[in-house]
Formats: sequence, structure tokens, C-alpha cells
Amino acid sequence: MTPDLQPPAGSPDERLTALLAAGPDVDEGEAARLRDAFVADTERSELLDVAYRTLDSPVGSLLLAATTAGLVRVGFECEGHDRVLARIAADVSPRILRSGRRLDDVARQLDEYFARRRRDFDLALDLRLARGFRRIVLDHLRAVPYGTTASYAALAAASGRPAAVRAVGTACARNPLPLVVPCHRVVRSDGTIGQYGGGVEAKRLLLDLEVRPAG
Amino acid sequence: MTGLPPFEQVLTDHGRTVLRVCRALLGPDDADDAWSETFLAALGAYPRLRPGSNVRGWLVTIAHRKAIDQLRAGARRPTPGGDLRDMGELGGRQAPGEHDRIADGELWQAVASLPLKQRVAVVGHHLAGLPYAEVALLLDSNETAARRAGADGLDRLRRTYTRGGEG
Repeated sequence: MTPDLQPPAGSPDERLTALLAAGPDVDEGEAARLRDAFVADTERSELLDVAYRTLDSPVGSLLLAATTAGLVRVGFECEGHDRVLARIAADVSPRILRSGRRLDDVARQLDEYFARRRRDFDLALDLRLARGFRRIVLDHLRAVPYGTTASYAALAAASGRPAAVRAVGTACARNPLPLVVPCHRVVRSDGTIGQYGGGVEAKRLLLDLEVRPAG
Repeated sequence: MTGLPPFEQVLTDHGRTVLRVCRALLGPDDADDAWSETFLAALGAYPRLRPGSNVRGWLVTIAHRKAIDQLRAGARRPTPGGDLRDMGELGGRQAPGEHDRIADGELWQAVASLPLKQRVAVVGHHLAGLPYAEVALLLDSNETAARRAGADGLDRLRRTYTRGGEG
């Protein structure tokens, strides 16, 4: 790929325009360094509406996205990180960049949770992706303690609409902040585990993790 | 999804192209600032971009504007590098090559030595892929003049480029 060693075929003119079209060499490392400095600049200038990173976890790779207000989306691998990001671009802002900085604390607390060194999250949350009744359900979900479960029916009653069991199911399924807002703690009244955005296996793993004795 | 992709995608897809354009216009030392300014301006304006727009064309146009601003600001100050607008004949500045080719670095040195209009026309059209009508907008000029500046610039480069082969 070094143009001076392998001149393109054709007349001198064609070779010249081909070299011009290829442009000067750009070193991969330099491009990466520029990129990192740019992302840091955007955080300082508050031009960056959404920062994201991924985190490896026992329930697969997680996508973590935050606005300046707080954590706005946790996405499971099975949702497709690219699809989740496209959705955030449409629903929040397309000013989205991969940047660990804003999410370091989120990642650390999640790591601690999976290591069973943390039971509650102490994070700023941006719940703009859940509105109306869904938002009310999430507020009640946050009150379900670590290591316990609640039924969809009980959550519907707590949310002021005891008949809206199905709507509570939808609110849980569309929870933009799974794990942190613990929709995995909601199970069916008959004791079966119910659905989960991250898959039923992930839900089982999380419930087991929370009741296993520490040590 | 029909909306705008995350800006991360824009940066990944076009970051290197924009850096090439900045380097071609400004040389390696001054290109970094123009590159950062281009992407900061692009990030700011991005939500207003029409979905389906030619993102590459949009970015390289911003990059040209940033680079031209930088060159004009530099031209107003006396610089040890000399006058950027006209470095005179290029031929005398290089030792004749043995082969009908030119090292990549030498070509871009020659491009950086072109008068501003020729440089913008050559880089804008041949590297950035802008039509001459858009190059003309960058130069506050018209398409015919932009096309002529591009031809003149190429002519200068051609003389440097083919000299070794003809000797």
C-alpha cells in the first residue's frame, strides 16, 4: 500500500490523480490518538449528549449509555448493541460517542453487583425513555429489595392499577435500565419465572446470584 | 431505522478521510487542529443534518473551511515558513528522481506548496471528491475558475511528478 513503491498503472496523469485520490498516509495510532483527544474535548464542551461503552458480564456483553443527566440505557447483547444505539439516536440524540469516562462508575458498580459485593446501586438515572404508566411501574420496581421477588399482580396493585397486570409486564419488558432498575425481581403469581429482556436464563442467573449466601 | 446513525459511526467511517484532507491542505503539523475543529463543528450541527445526506461530502466541506480559515489566519501573520500563497516553481526544490515516480511524502509536500486556490481545488476535487461547483463555493469563486485552478494545480504537480521519468 505504499504508493511510492508500487506506482498505479496508466499514464503519469492517471497515476498522479490516483495518488491524489488515495491521499497522504495516515498512521492508525495517530488517528486513534486524535479520536481519543476529540472525545475528551466533547465531554468537556458538553456537546456529547450520549456516551456509551460495553461491559462484559455473567449475562453477556452489556451496553451502557448515559446522558449528562445519568444512566439512560442498559442493553443486553441479545437486543443487539447496534440496534439499541440506533434507537437511542432516534429517541434521545444522535450525538453519541463511545467513551468510557462517563460510565466508569456505572461499570464499577455493576462489576461489584455481579461479584456480590453490592446490593443497591447509587447512580444518577435518566428515565426519559420510560413515560407515563411505564415510568410509574419503574419507580415501584426500584423499591423491590435485593434478594426478593414481587409478582406482576402485586406491582400492578402498587402502581395503582391492580387490573393492569399485562401493562406491568410490558413496562418490565421495556425497562430501559434492566439490572439497575430490577425488573428481574418480578415473577409470575404462580411462582414461575416469567419473561426477561435479557433472556430467561439471565433472569434465573440474577435471581440465583441474589439469594446465594455470600462467601 | 431511518434516522441519523450514532455520531460514533460517522467518526469511524470518515475520521481518516478527513485527516487525509486536513493533512493534504495543511501538512502534518497543522492538520490535527483542523481535524478536531471539523469534528467538533460536525458534532454540534449533526442533529440538524438531513437523514440520508452525503455525510462524507458534508465533513470534507467543513474540513476545507476550517483549513482555509487556518491558512488565511496564518497568511496574515509573517511565518518562518514563508508565503503560503505562492512558493514559485516547484521543480527546482527537488532533486531529480531516477524513476517515473515520486515518494508519497514528496507529492504531499508539493501539494502543500501549491498556491491556496490551486491546493483547495486539487485536494477538494481529487482527494475529497467534491464536484468543482462545490469547490467554487469554498473559494468564493465560480465553477469555471475552480476547474481552471484545479487544472493549473495538477499541471504544476505533473511537472514535478513526471520530470524524473522524462530525464
